[in-house]
Amino acid sequence: MKRLGPWLAQTALPPLVLFAIVAAIWQWLVIAYNVKPYLLPSPLAVGRALIHDAALLGSAVVYTGSAALLGFGASLIIGTVIAFAFSQSRMLRSSGYPYFIFLQTVPIVAIAPLIVRWCGNGFHSVVLVAFILSLFPILSNATQGLLEIDPDLLDLFRLNNASRWQMLTRLRFPSAVPSICAGARTASGLAVVGAIVGEFFVGYGSKRFGLGYLINSTNDQLQIDRLFAAVLTSTLFGIAIFALVNLASATILGRWYDGPVEHRA
Amino acid sequence: MIGSPIVSAPPLIVARGLAMSFGPERTVLREVTCDIQAGEFVAVLGPSGCGKSTFLRLMAGLIPFTAGSLTVAEQTPEAARRSTQCVAFVFQEPNLLPWRTVSDNIGLPLELRGVSQHERSRQVEESLSLIGLTPDDARKRPRNLSGGMRMRVSLARALVTRPDVLLLDEPFAALDDVLRQQLNEELTRIWRTHHWTGLFVTHNVAEAVFLAQRVLVMSKRPGTIVVDVRVPFDYPREPALRAAPEFARLCGELSSTLREAAR
Repeated sequence: MKRLGPWLAQTALPPLVLFAIVAAIWQWLVIAYNVKPYLLPSPLAVGRALIHDAALLGSAVVYTGSAALLGFGASLIIGTVIAFAFSQSRMLRSSGYPYFIFLQTVPIVAIAPLIVRWCGNGFHSVVLVAFILSLFPILSNATQGLLEIDPDLLDLFRLNNASRWQMLTRLRFPSAVPSICAGARTASGLAVVGAIVGEFFVGYGSKRFGLGYLINSTNDQLQIDRLFAAVLTSTLFGIAIFALVNLASATILGRWYDGPVEHRA
Repeated sequence: MIGSPIVSAPPLIVARGLAMSFGPERTVLREVTCDIQAGEFVAVLGPSGCGKSTFLRLMAGLIPFTAGSLTVAEQTPEAARRSTQCVAFVFQEPNLLPWRTVSDNIGLPLELRGVSQHERSRQVEESLSLIGLTPDDARKRPRNLSGGMRMRVSLARALVTRPDVLLLDEPFAALDDVLRQQLNEELTRIWRTHHWTGLFVTHNVAEAVFLAQRVLVMSKRPGTIVVDVRVPFDYPREPALRAAPEFARLCGELSSTLREAAR
């Protein structure tokens, strides 16, 4: 990896330098103005909390991560399947689509009581929230991808008397893969948000807990340094998931397609 | 009625007063009447936007016509395509599937028709060599090919089905002149060995004259056939033909007809 050096210098170094400068100013401000730790903990205090809570944060990441990945996986599969159905029938599409927009726009807080009433609270409901939040980008991107096919290619398939199923599996689905990847990138971030925020509303009452619970409880106990540690961990975790999905989609597109077709998310 | 011996086979494609419009305001073709014999190679020459491509799509049964009649092997174009006639189309763009290798792209029409894997690879191989592609090229993906190579693959994909009718919609328009001439030469060579009925749409006069036995000139939109010219040169047509005075004279005549038609 002889290119790692320049990559670090160009990509990783600038934000790290900025981070160090901001942290130094922040530390100085907290000390100089004697800021109360329950308002703003110093970076060093946050660092200490990170180390102290490492095991706790680790298990919380596993909990939240599995909820996010299960919700994301479900929306990837179910969203694509529904998009398949939508691509095959205009009637189904025009009647069903508005309800998915509803799912996209309704605040999760508003339907959280319903989720608890119907499904109970705990891990599976957190997965459900992650699923609901991440479904729409996959569904809408996949539907669009399945429908926007080059008319010449459709003609090519019709000329060879292709069946509906052949069109779907040999033309529409492969053509839609770049769109589905774009949807998946957006959805992966939303699934992480869903798993964290979902835990606030529907995750209580289980023995295990995730980042959402940690954020909530440390805030309630005015342990703001630990809150910061939990938020920082959530952010890093979100970035990691996003990077993973990005890498997977770049690999798929780079291997089989003319490179990443759509814009970067 | 028994009796009257068949003097000559009926034309494969018969158009009578054919018209096509997208709504009352947008008539694309009007009163197109022509016969095309089986095995004939005909070029359709016309100004841009005159409805040449629409004419090809009507013959392929991809879009319905709005008036007149059009038959392919005495059936509607769509019925012909679904039953007796194998119709292949070469588009302006290569239109290859980027996720498939070259050989899988060429094999696609066979795959859609349910040809067995073994038979498919044999025919793909044949088609590859016919069009001058190596087994090494066959493993590549379209993005790793030049524009000319992509067009060859597109042509190979059309030929792999051993079509009865080959419709070509300005396939070489985007290529440079030398490449275009080379592909024209190869196309006439393949036509002579495979005997498909060819319709080649172009706006390039020299290309039309070099390729075809007959040139149909269309007027500007709404298009109709204004001139039907027989091209007197024998096959095989050598590159030197392009420098012959008769070639230049015919091209000159057709050019002025085309200018007239575009007005």
